[in-house]
Amino acid sequence: MHAYDFAAPRSIRSAIDRAGGESAYLAGGTTLVDLMKLEVMTPSRVVDINRLPLKGIRVDGNGLRLGALERMSDVARHPGVRSRYPVVAQALELSASQQLRNMASMGGNLLQRTRCGYFRDTSTPCNKRLPGSGCAALTGENRTHAILGTSDSCVATHPSDVAVALVALDAQVELYGPHGRRSLPLGDFYRLPGNTPHLENHLLPRELITGITVPSLSWARHSGYLKVRDRQSYEFALTSAAVALDVSGGVVREARVAVGGVGTRPWRLPAVEQALVGRRTTEAAYEQAVAHAADGARPLAHNAFKPELLRRTLVRALTTVGEL
Amino acid sequence: MASRSPSTPPHRDGLSRRGFIGRTGAVVAGTAAASAPLDTARAAPQSAPAQQGENLVAVALTVNGRSVRLMADPRWTLLDTLRERLSLTGTKKGCDRGQCGACTVHVEGRRVLSCLTLTASVDGEHVTTVEGLSDGEHLHPMQRAFIAHDGFQCGYCTSGQIMSAVALVGEGHADTDDDIKEYMSGNICRCGAYPFIRDAIKDAREEMR
Repeated sequence: MHAYDFAAPRSIRSAIDRAGGESAYLAGGTTLVDLMKLEVMTPSRVVDINRLPLKGIRVDGNGLRLGALERMSDVARHPGVRSRYPVVAQALELSASQQLRNMASMGGNLLQRTRCGYFRDTSTPCNKRLPGSGCAALTGENRTHAILGTSDSCVATHPSDVAVALVALDAQVELYGPHGRRSLPLGDFYRLPGNTPHLENHLLPRELITGITVPSLSWARHSGYLKVRDRQSYEFALTSAAVALDVSGGVVREARVAVGGVGTRPWRLPAVEQALVGRRTTEAAYEQAVAHAADGARPLAHNAFKPELLRRTLVRALTTVGEL
Repeated sequence: MASRSPSTPPHRDGLSRRGFIGRTGAVVAGTAAASAPLDTARAAPQSAPAQQGENLVAVALTVNGRSVRLMADPRWTLLDTLRERLSLTGTKKGCDRGQCGACTVHVEGRRVLSCLTLTASVDGEHVTTVEGLSDGEHLHPMQRAFIAHDGFQCGYCTSGQIMSAVALVGEGHADTDDDIKEYMSGNICRCGAYPFIRDAIKDAREEMR
């Protein structure tokens, strides 16, 4: 690990003042400490934000608000989250392990870095880690990589599960930086890689995520998260689907659909949402609605199975949620 | 070179682990873990070698009920501090990348991975390691159950399994076989002792209630 200074400020203002240059904010540490050991991230200063007043879970008529420092496990077990936004609780519980969920913060989860093996290996080229060095995954081992939103510079997936659920629910991220506070739709927060895959989101220098909000959505009670992976637990997604359905009289009135494991960022599917409206809650109807879910996909040498797996994942998730 | 100095703490005596065990024997190392090292840790500010880096952080924490003060290199993980500074070698270093669970300890009563926890970030907190579970020679019910059910083969993952299992029961995630499998999935056992680990947990949970 490279040497760095360490600061543990107690106010948001002070944290922002201590940040800058090559600094990194530390919350749960499950991404940062790992990547510092691998020398993929080499900050000259680590600003520990765990003492900042950024906790709290609120579920009320306005929706859901999560403080950025709430831990994944605490959000997952919150009774209000479980009953009114089950897709959020399920996405969290299907992520990582209980030890990691006890550590990892909600804000940090949204900012976790890709699991692409070439990004994590400093002996190989990677445009995300070292801009302009090339992409080893394009011609290398790419079975787990993205098929949507990719470019010739980068095919790495965004690894978060809960970000997929939150994008489906129109979540916003609250940000605080040197120029004050602002908020952005989470769906717009992430950038496509294009030819600058090292720029993953729209955070400004020294800016912090302070909270996450989800607008009220009564039928989010009828939601769920399905994750398909190489082992049953403690593994990243090959494909995943976050689904919420407003069903009345056996017919879909409204739908929210986003997918993970396939995109360079959490991937909302508005065309599938539209195609679901007015359909019966039958498997055959779902199959028709998701027929074009992977349109525009660019499969790689080892992941040509992903478009079909994605459609089947969606049908299974819709069937499960439709029966709730 | 300064920026690439060793990021793990030097052993408290300047001895290699192999040399230490070779000279004193495992039994002595085991008893030393219970008493001497915490006093050594208090003397750490004066003894911190130059190659540790220039920006040491004063850290005070409680480990297994005892107060510990030390000057920590910001790069030291809790795992390395426990093993190399405090000689609490019951906590194991498996992958050192947050993937295997061998380093599981409790911080403020919650199970976490000590390999991804910076020592500087647990200032003021309470840490429990496997050495802190037993009451003297009287083992914790989970320790006894692991022995009774052969919940290990090589034993390397065992302290992490036990720390995770104790927390699991407290979380209320030990009620069904499916829950035990799911919520213990962060602790990998290369010997494949999983069925016996599950039996041990089911046995111990009754006694822990």
